[in-house]
Amino acid sequence: MSARFETHDFDVLVIGAGGAGLRAAIEASAAGARTGVVCKSLLGKAHTVMAEGGVAAALGHVDPKDSWKVHFRDTMLGGKMLNHWRMAQLHAQEAPERVRELERWGAVFDRTADGRILQRNFGGHSAPRLAHVGDRTGLEMIRTLQDHGVHQGFEVFMECTVSRLFTEGGRVVGAFAYRRENGRFIVFRAKSIVLACGGVGKSFKITSNSWEYTGDGHALAYEAGAELVDMEFVQFHPTGMVWPPGVMGILVTEAVRGEGGLLRNSKGERFMEKYDPKRMELSTRDMVARAIYTEVKEGRGSPHGGAFLDISHKPADWVKKKLPSMYHQFMDLADVDITKGPMEVGPTTHYMMGGVRVDPDTGESTVPGLYAAGESSGGMHGANRLGGNSLSDLLVFGCRAGQGAADGAKTRSGQATIDAGQIERAERAMLAPFERADGPSPYDVHARLQETMQSLVGIFRVDEDLQKALREIARLREETARVRVTGSREFNPGWHLAIDLEAMLLCSEAIARSALVRRESRGAHSRLDYPKTEPEFGTKNTFVKKDGQAMAVGQSPLPEMPAELRAIVDAELEAVKV
Amino acid sequence: MTEAVFHVFRGDAKGGSLQPYKVQVEEGMVVLDAIHRIQAQDAPDLAVRWNCKAAKCGSCSAEVNGKPSLMCKTRLDALPLDQPVVVKPIRSFPVIRDLVTDVQWNYEVNKKIPPFTPKKDAPWRWMQEDIDRVQEFRKCIECFLCQNVCHVIREHGVKSGFAGPRFFVRVASVEMHPMDDLNRTALLKDEMGIGYCNITKCCTEVCPEDIHITDNAIIPLKERVVDDHYDPVRKIFRLLSGKKSS
Repeated sequence: MSARFETHDFDVLVIGAGGAGLRAAIEASAAGARTGVVCKSLLGKAHTVMAEGGVAAALGHVDPKDSWKVHFRDTMLGGKMLNHWRMAQLHAQEAPERVRELERWGAVFDRTADGRILQRNFGGHSAPRLAHVGDRTGLEMIRTLQDHGVHQGFEVFMECTVSRLFTEGGRVVGAFAYRRENGRFIVFRAKSIVLACGGVGKSFKITSNSWEYTGDGHALAYEAGAELVDMEFVQFHPTGMVWPPGVMGILVTEAVRGEGGLLRNSKGERFMEKYDPKRMELSTRDMVARAIYTEVKEGRGSPHGGAFLDISHKPADWVKKKLPSMYHQFMDLADVDITKGPMEVGPTTHYMMGGVRVDPDTGESTVPGLYAAGESSGGMHGANRLGGNSLSDLLVFGCRAGQGAADGAKTRSGQATIDAGQIERAERAMLAPFERADGPSPYDVHARLQETMQSLVGIFRVDEDLQKALREIARLREETARVRVTGSREFNPGWHLAIDLEAMLLCSEAIARSALVRRESRGAHSRLDYPKTEPEFGTKNTFVKKDGQAMAVGQSPLPEMPAELRAIVDAELEAVKV
Repeated sequence: MTEAVFHVFRGDAKGGSLQPYKVQVEEGMVVLDAIHRIQAQDAPDLAVRWNCKAAKCGSCSAEVNGKPSLMCKTRLDALPLDQPVVVKPIRSFPVIRDLVTDVQWNYEVNKKIPPFTPKKDAPWRWMQEDIDRVQEFRKCIECFLCQNVCHVIREHGVKSGFAGPRFFVRVASVEMHPMDDLNRTALLKDEMGIGYCNITKCCTEVCPEDIHITDNAIIPLKERVVDDHYDPVRKIFRLLSGKKSS
């Protein structure tokens, strides 16, 4: 073939090089699969690097009564029982081994007094459970996986973006990608593909997420015919920075509260007393986010529209040791010394609980050959994720999806031929924005999408707003089809954004449609018009699926939990924590 | 609201020039905010790398008014806005486009470093004070600003058999790990060219993570190289004991 595109063949192609993608690639390589990894940024820059507080695993180093059962119970209760029980079970059982494995690969966690991995408290965890390195645990994890991974023999395509998947006879057989550096195209042929692309936060105005978080994995899977579950559940992290304007949304780790930070309103009241008197600041993220939002709305906010988060009652040196990034972040960006006074914090779009419906054991989606792990997948966290359960999710299910994809590849002999028509359509879609003489700017369309999602599909939702959001999304989709891009194909961010917009719009529609049908409030999904948690909605997951050119929304019964696991969840904490 | 003028490098490997852009300045704004604003308003194809916007990922390295910096951490209120703010790509690596440079070489160097190799039957217990120094090295966010200012790299280029401060820090992080069982001094001496470093500490000065690159990583590694390869008594001891030197 001419120089229209390069072609590469792999047994397993992993899309994404954050925690889940790297862990999947390591496992697939170890299983003997010829493995390739595609990532939008440079290696080691994926969003995992931003994770701060820790990785949840019932190691029992600080509280010997902790066990996988307690972790499982906490996760299910935190997820308001919508989690896939099998994912929550595997996660709780396997997280400790995945963490110890990281240590064998060179991770250097903070230590207990007797020299073992130290664990800290976090919201919704009923034991100190988060293995950590100060407040830069994600950096430690991604660097460990990266430095270990580069010796495992998989090939990495840095600064490449996948724009669509190729299918043949109902199964996924390859992917179309472009190199950011020069705009050239790549056709990957692969027997298995793992989606580990992260979340969707860039559809919202205030977010802790980087430019990469445009829901690529969700959109690629949807277009290939896979089901997306629980898309109404978007986690608004309670504590993002609110001032100055440029840093609005940047994450303030939950470790501040885990280490004893207190939340107060403008009257000096520890307002969590009103919302969750038992757990106070260590309540779950959905509760704390709503509490801060409500305090601000009712006129008890801080000067810049947030709440006060204070750790300055602890010794200054101790704060700098335990929360070094937070100390520097506030000192450098907001002129606030957190050892002397409070931070101002407010909710920020942080994490997507919903994602590709997968088989818990193998990570395979409803489309043969297509796997998903980490934030791209759904089911593990139910209606609300506990802090620290994401890093462990990446490791446990990244590993499983890598193994699953390698096993699946063995059952498929040879590479499928990719239909030339599909390749041509993918190329045309990529180049179309350059060919228009006139049209809207992708930056403008993006800004309006963010405004729409922020104001109409945020923490509190009502029917009317969601309908309005869907109409606006449809309008923005029409505009995206006319978006014009200028400049060359070499490292052109405007062009890349124009392509990313399609995934963002698709995820936004999935969120709004799923939110519309869940006529109740549960976990991270709060409906002002349906404020109660309704038992009938506690028995089903919402899902969306492509139906012709339209998005079909359905509800499926929760998978039935075995009696012995049900007993763990139903029992009192004291009966499980023994 | 004040207005600032930015002179941003636009161009590619073949050449380029500084282009002027006007930006409205808001309270607390950083250089990266201004670059994003220029993209949205005037130059949608202005190439720049960034991810976290919170000094945690090390993607947005550039030279701001000649100073190697992370753009996400460089506040406009710390710059003299009565004159144009000059933003150029980091200098030691070839320009791809605008503010984006080709840093691939760094990833090739990293691959040559043998990974952490734990001792057989390692007890996996160690005290916090045993790892404090290793944790300092592991704070590195790979922004490559240290590589950018290193005299050896600037004067002799990246193909000169010199690995640069980032990778001395990386080697230090495994060499000084209490459970590591490999010796990498031959690599440091022969392939990574640690002898070329003349300890000017420019790397330490630009490190956004405040890693004491020269004092805590490079100098102790240089000492290990000398002990292992130039000290005859130590060398004999090492050969006889078969142990990793410390």
